[in-house]
Amino acid sequence: MDLTQLALSLKYFIPEMVLTGFIVVAILYDLFLKPETSHRVGFVAIAGLVVTLGMLYQQQGIPATGIFANMFALDGFATFFKWVVAIGAALAIWMSLDTKELENRRVGEYHILILILVLGMFLLVSATHIISIYLSLEMVSIMSYLLAGYLKENSRSNEASVKYVIYGAFSSGIMLYGLSLLYGLTGTGYISEIQAQLVLGQVSPVMLVLVTVLLLAGFGYKISAVPFHFWTPDVYEGAPTPITAFLSVAPKAAGFAVLIRFFNVALSQGDPNTPSWLALPGLDWPMIIAVLSAITMTVGNVLAIQQNNIKRLLAYSSIAHAGYMLMGVVVADQTGIAAILYYAGVYMLMNLGAFFVAIQIKNIYNTETIADYAGLGFKAPWIGIAMAVFLFALTGLPPTAGFVAKFYLFRALVQFGDGFLWLAMFGLLNGVVSLFYYMRILKAMYFDKMEIPEKLTAVPLHFNVLMFILVVPLLVGWMFGDPLSIWAAEAVQFFF
Amino acid sequence: MGAHLLTLVTFIPVLGGIIIAFIPREKLDAIRWTAVAATALQLLVSFVILGSYDRMNPDIQMVEHYSWIPAFNIEYFMGIDGLSLPMVLLTPFISFLAIFSSWKIPKAQKGYFSLFLLLDTGMMGVFVSLDFFLFYIFWEVMLLPMYFLIGMWGGPKKEYAAIKFFLYTLFGSVLMLLGMLALYFSLEPHTFNMIILRDAAPEIGQKLLLGMNAAKVIFMLLFVGFAIKVPIFPFHTWLPLAHVEAPTAISVILAGILLKMGTYGFLRISWPVLPSATLWFALPMAILGLINIIYGAMAALAQKDLKKMVAYSSINHMGYVLLGMSAMTAAGMNGAVFQMFNHGTITAMLFMLVGVVYDRAHHRDIDGFGGIAAKVPIYAGVVALAWFAGLGLPGLSGFISEALCFIGAFPVFTWITIFATLGIVLNAAYFLWSYQRIFFGPLNPKYENLEEINKRELWTLIPLAVVVIFLGIYPAPMLDLMSGTLNQLVDIVKTAGMMAGF
Repeated sequence: MDLTQLALSLKYFIPEMVLTGFIVVAILYDLFLKPETSHRVGFVAIAGLVVTLGMLYQQQGIPATGIFANMFALDGFATFFKWVVAIGAALAIWMSLDTKELENRRVGEYHILILILVLGMFLLVSATHIISIYLSLEMVSIMSYLLAGYLKENSRSNEASVKYVIYGAFSSGIMLYGLSLLYGLTGTGYISEIQAQLVLGQVSPVMLVLVTVLLLAGFGYKISAVPFHFWTPDVYEGAPTPITAFLSVAPKAAGFAVLIRFFNVALSQGDPNTPSWLALPGLDWPMIIAVLSAITMTVGNVLAIQQNNIKRLLAYSSIAHAGYMLMGVVVADQTGIAAILYYAGVYMLMNLGAFFVAIQIKNIYNTETIADYAGLGFKAPWIGIAMAVFLFALTGLPPTAGFVAKFYLFRALVQFGDGFLWLAMFGLLNGVVSLFYYMRILKAMYFDKMEIPEKLTAVPLHFNVLMFILVVPLLVGWMFGDPLSIWAAEAVQFFF
Repeated sequence: MGAHLLTLVTFIPVLGGIIIAFIPREKLDAIRWTAVAATALQLLVSFVILGSYDRMNPDIQMVEHYSWIPAFNIEYFMGIDGLSLPMVLLTPFISFLAIFSSWKIPKAQKGYFSLFLLLDTGMMGVFVSLDFFLFYIFWEVMLLPMYFLIGMWGGPKKEYAAIKFFLYTLFGSVLMLLGMLALYFSLEPHTFNMIILRDAAPEIGQKLLLGMNAAKVIFMLLFVGFAIKVPIFPFHTWLPLAHVEAPTAISVILAGILLKMGTYGFLRISWPVLPSATLWFALPMAILGLINIIYGAMAALAQKDLKKMVAYSSINHMGYVLLGMSAMTAAGMNGAVFQMFNHGTITAMLFMLVGVVYDRAHHRDIDGFGGIAAKVPIYAGVVALAWFAGLGLPGLSGFISEALCFIGAFPVFTWITIFATLGIVLNAAYFLWSYQRIFFGPLNPKYENLEEINKRELWTLIPLAVVVIFLGIYPAPMLDLMSGTLNQLVDIVKTAGMMAGF
């Protein structure tokens, strides 16, 4: 580990360094701002994310490389998730500038914390050593706690933050125990070397199952899979809504990234980039994940039916979506992972969209109750149509990209063979259940109060533009060659 | 033909719908006439298609075949043959007339006509797609506008009806999706192309899925999807509710076109692609057809609500289609598809006529009228024609197709057919009995001043009546269109079945 090697790694680390630079600039800039103008930091943050995306674009074509003594990886897989995270963050900051929840409050730190959270996720999705995995996971978690509790004097926000911390500390502790066991068993922290050790078959299967379960506590918490989901509804309800939207998308995607990388490299045999890849003998983790997936989607969907608060409903729906994405992890081959990447991208657009509508409604009517959405489809036709598209996409109905995303997941499962057809069946029937509660929102918006002639004028133009930006790719983005699926398929490339 | 006729006939309505979305909501007439123009243009194109269709050729024609999503071998593949052509004619015809039945839709007309036209595109797309993926997209696209059309403009229980329809159909669709994926992976290279799948039917019949014969498993998965649409007993419970709650024009579309998508799906996919499973399931299918016939008629007989009676009559009429198509004889198959077309025109008349009286009396209670024939003689006359067509009176189109279904089914399922003819009697019973209660007897004083059917309503009914009478007297033009393809389909199923040991 000589210094020149580390220095050489820096050229593969440009997006992260740019992002760090912008974080520093944002902190300094914030010092010169009064509280009422502190939202300007948000513009710096968006600019920083845009430049970072540009730098990510520059990295295209670089073959998978280990950097910083292979503690991190630069590969197509990580880059895809970085895009998802950074775009999601930029959109969340856009909405944060608009929400009334953060009015009359110093928000400079808020935007800075989001940027640090993004940096944490950049590291998390590319971590390839158990130490770097754990540290970046904690970086993501701590920023999330702070942001969830950002509304200091709001008791629900405080509750959210405290719950988040307690659950988070608990599950990351369990995971750390699992990682330490793994280190003890194999004598190495690099996930590819862990594989090399485990393949020798000297570790007892009981131990392996124990380690897997302990690790799943940590990862499952991040992606809010059942039974590690209990924090989700409360945190989502209490946190400022833009943060809720962001938490439901980006850390979840990053959690999936690290979960896939870990299971696919450490607990498997063979190069994950080749078709000869297989799960580790003696450890049937695909089955464990399949059961987890079935339970997660079912619990999420069934509990969502009961919800009357839009944020809680979307919280449970996000649990269900974690269940759907886990179906792709079960068949962790090239098609399965490509399907998850595709789903993560589409899910970001549709879920952020639904939350953004909720933010706008809260701005205007100060309500989060679904029943209060009555007649909205007529008062604000454009928001109504956009919301309908988001909800149809979340249900997975054509012609939205939400359908295509689910289709790719089921395709991967069916292609796998008879083994997981039951899971595909589970997923499909869950889609029908989810239709019921998503349509409750549309029912309120369109059926409950049909005669309101006057239009709502309070919707700012830039919000309508944002809706347009989200709706168009969901509606027609996949119809012409489906560029996202091509990218997702190419992005299944691991540093090994 | 390089004219992209099928693309045109499919997407013209939705273009009209997009134009309507940009018309200010106050300009009601502009909205309505745009809808009329879009469906009229679609109808015109369908006539052009009819004109250039070669009826001597039983194979697919007017093919449009492009690669769409190459990574998954998904194609933009459209074409028609004698099975789809009747539906391609029926869809714009009924849609065009239904626009006029929607003339007086009370509120949010802009949304109504946009959604209506989107629905039209979805239905037409189903009938011209030859790629299963494309077929599925259209099949599902049609659900979204239907949900809103029932839920926003429907009757008192509209919300319940809308979500029930949606949930039921989606339940069927997801099973269909699974079946579709299983079919996709059953061949190398993977394909959704229905023609390739059809030609590879013997190979698919040999595969195993979950330790069972793949063809049978896939058949059952698709069966649920299609059966809910038809609807086949016991999957029918969404139908009476949706038909009754929907506004008149949407009931017309539901019964006239939507139900056919179910039987069309069977004949387009299950029959040719899974012939061995089809023969294996032919007898249960015929029995289900019998149940539909008897149950639909009995339920119709028991109804007090006129619209519900008509809704149940659809279940009964679709039973003849099931019986005819499960017999695997030329007569039965032709009868089934002809019945699909005829039911479309007849039931459209029935629902429109119910709508006419409901607009005036604001109720549909069969016993709530009485003796109104004297007040509204023209209406009574048109109703008589439609009712007779519904009960299968010789000389009207319904008779020919029902008779063909029976003739085709008799040698194969003798006893079932004999029992099914009972349905005809029950059929006559509920139509005649309801007619008698509404139109004859002493005049109910409440309807002293009942308005006669107006010109707009009459002119939406006359084209249907002309078709019903014409095809009743001279069915050959329609039968000529389809018989080539359908006889070939019977041969395909039988040969493949024989190879599989049936």
